[in-house]
Amino acid sequence: MEIFLQQIINGLVQGSVYALVALGYTMVYGILGLINFAHGEVVMIGAMLALSALTSLLGMGAPPALALLLSIGLAMLGCMVLGYSIERIAYRPLRHAPRLAPLITAIGVSIVLQNLAMMIWGREYHSFPQMIANHSHTFGGAIINDIQIIVFVLALAIMAGLMVVVHRTRLGRAMRAVAENQHAAQLMGVDINRVISITFMLGSALAAVAGMMISASYGLAHYYMGFLLGLKAFTAAVLGGIGNLRGAMLGGLLLGLIESLGAGYIGDFTGGFFGSNYQDVFAFFVLIIVLVFRPSGLLGERLAERA
Amino acid sequence: MTKPLLEIRNLQAAYGGIQAVKGIDLYIAPGELVALLGSNGAGKTTTLKTLAGLLHPASGQIQYDGKSLHNIAAHQRVAMGMALVPEGRGVFARLTVQENLQMGAYSRDDKKEIATDLARMYELFPRLAERRDQLAGTLSGGEQQMVAMARALMSRPRLLMLDEPSMGLAPLMVQKIFETIRDIAALGMSILLVEQNARLALQVAQRGYVMESGAITLSGEAGELLGSDAVQQAYLGS
Repeated sequence: MEIFLQQIINGLVQGSVYALVALGYTMVYGILGLINFAHGEVVMIGAMLALSALTSLLGMGAPPALALLLSIGLAMLGCMVLGYSIERIAYRPLRHAPRLAPLITAIGVSIVLQNLAMMIWGREYHSFPQMIANHSHTFGGAIINDIQIIVFVLALAIMAGLMVVVHRTRLGRAMRAVAENQHAAQLMGVDINRVISITFMLGSALAAVAGMMISASYGLAHYYMGFLLGLKAFTAAVLGGIGNLRGAMLGGLLLGLIESLGAGYIGDFTGGFFGSNYQDVFAFFVLIIVLVFRPSGLLGERLAERA
Repeated sequence: MTKPLLEIRNLQAAYGGIQAVKGIDLYIAPGELVALLGSNGAGKTTTLKTLAGLLHPASGQIQYDGKSLHNIAAHQRVAMGMALVPEGRGVFARLTVQENLQMGAYSRDDKKEIATDLARMYELFPRLAERRDQLAGTLSGGEQQMVAMARALMSRPRLLMLDEPSMGLAPLMVQKIFETIRDIAALGMSILLVEQNARLALQVAQRGYVMESGAITLSGEAGELLGSDAVQQAYLGS
């Protein structure tokens, strides 16, 4: 039972990070019908930027809390500029091209960003500075630490904030209008290029926070970390129903749980033949199952629909 | 003659590789209701799309309020007072009725006035008031046409362009929509009404143009056109 509870906690925390990244995929898909495969690299750049900023700020003797806030802010800002530039340079010229063209371009952007990060930050793992004592709390026999609590609560707060923006503001209305019918949105006076840029910037800001969370949870950041993470978050978005914001959040949390429970119990179920190192297999198993049996995802309404 | 609000000279436009508009001239005076008639594929919708800025003209000039619309994007034209209710209505099916109307006021930032106009739209279309929190996609065709018109009016246009507002609607609803068009026109708004239903359109319009294969073949006072043999034969079926 303790193991079960422990896996649930780990899964929800990890899943909340997947959800943040999945939102970036799903927002862009909703508005452009494009799968932005470079999004995982934006998460990685966010983590790297945050880590560099944090290390140098701490080195200059800044108080930890201030350094942390500043570096999150800087990483978000940097990723927003990056997200804006990716759309402007790589995707906008292909807006009316066949759908395969931007997809291949997205993979290209992803490779460019990885190599760029490797040139700037090198091939080695960067460790996240230990700034505060990371207390552990026992909870029904399971353990949860401060970082996990912060990650989970912050992720939920950000998601709630995003829902308010999308469903309660003029900008959010415009985003939903552009997602549904670009021509009609223009006829309302909406500058669709501006709305698309803002969508990329919002998604990238979420990615920066997610990158920071991951490097804080694992204590590490690496130029290649965005690849697998991006694929998993994409899986989460597909699981929830790509294009659907609530779906991305649900898919993220579910995927986190599936992975964590799967990794926790696979040893027992296979008599020790497979171990928890097979954790990554579950995400792609889920992806295949969803694509075969329910391509529109859990909350996706029929195929042509978007959110 | 007063200076026209909209003046088109030798407009040519292509749509889907086909030259759909082959050099037309047209004007609308302030406060005038002008009908643009013609059968399917005559180039009426292409003309409207070009006016709204969704399509770039191949050549020719469009003057609105004394200014050339060359290089002015669709979304900027809304702020200048042009509104198009597109063919097929183009309501945002996944937004509520109220959100659709709010989208109509996107180019405005006078919150108080927007609220006043919103209330006015619900007076003009009481049906929409009952359904304000319903998703627009769940409404009937006629109700969606009301949403599309109310939404366009929310931008406080000086020139309202309507593309086939009667299409696919039950006769009773068509009547209701045309009554509304008449009411709006009475407020002094300029209207360009594209219709296949020539008789109805000419009954509310002051002037009309008849378009055939991308060119204007006939124009004049609405009453004249209603009585003309050519229009009678081609569009009124008698």
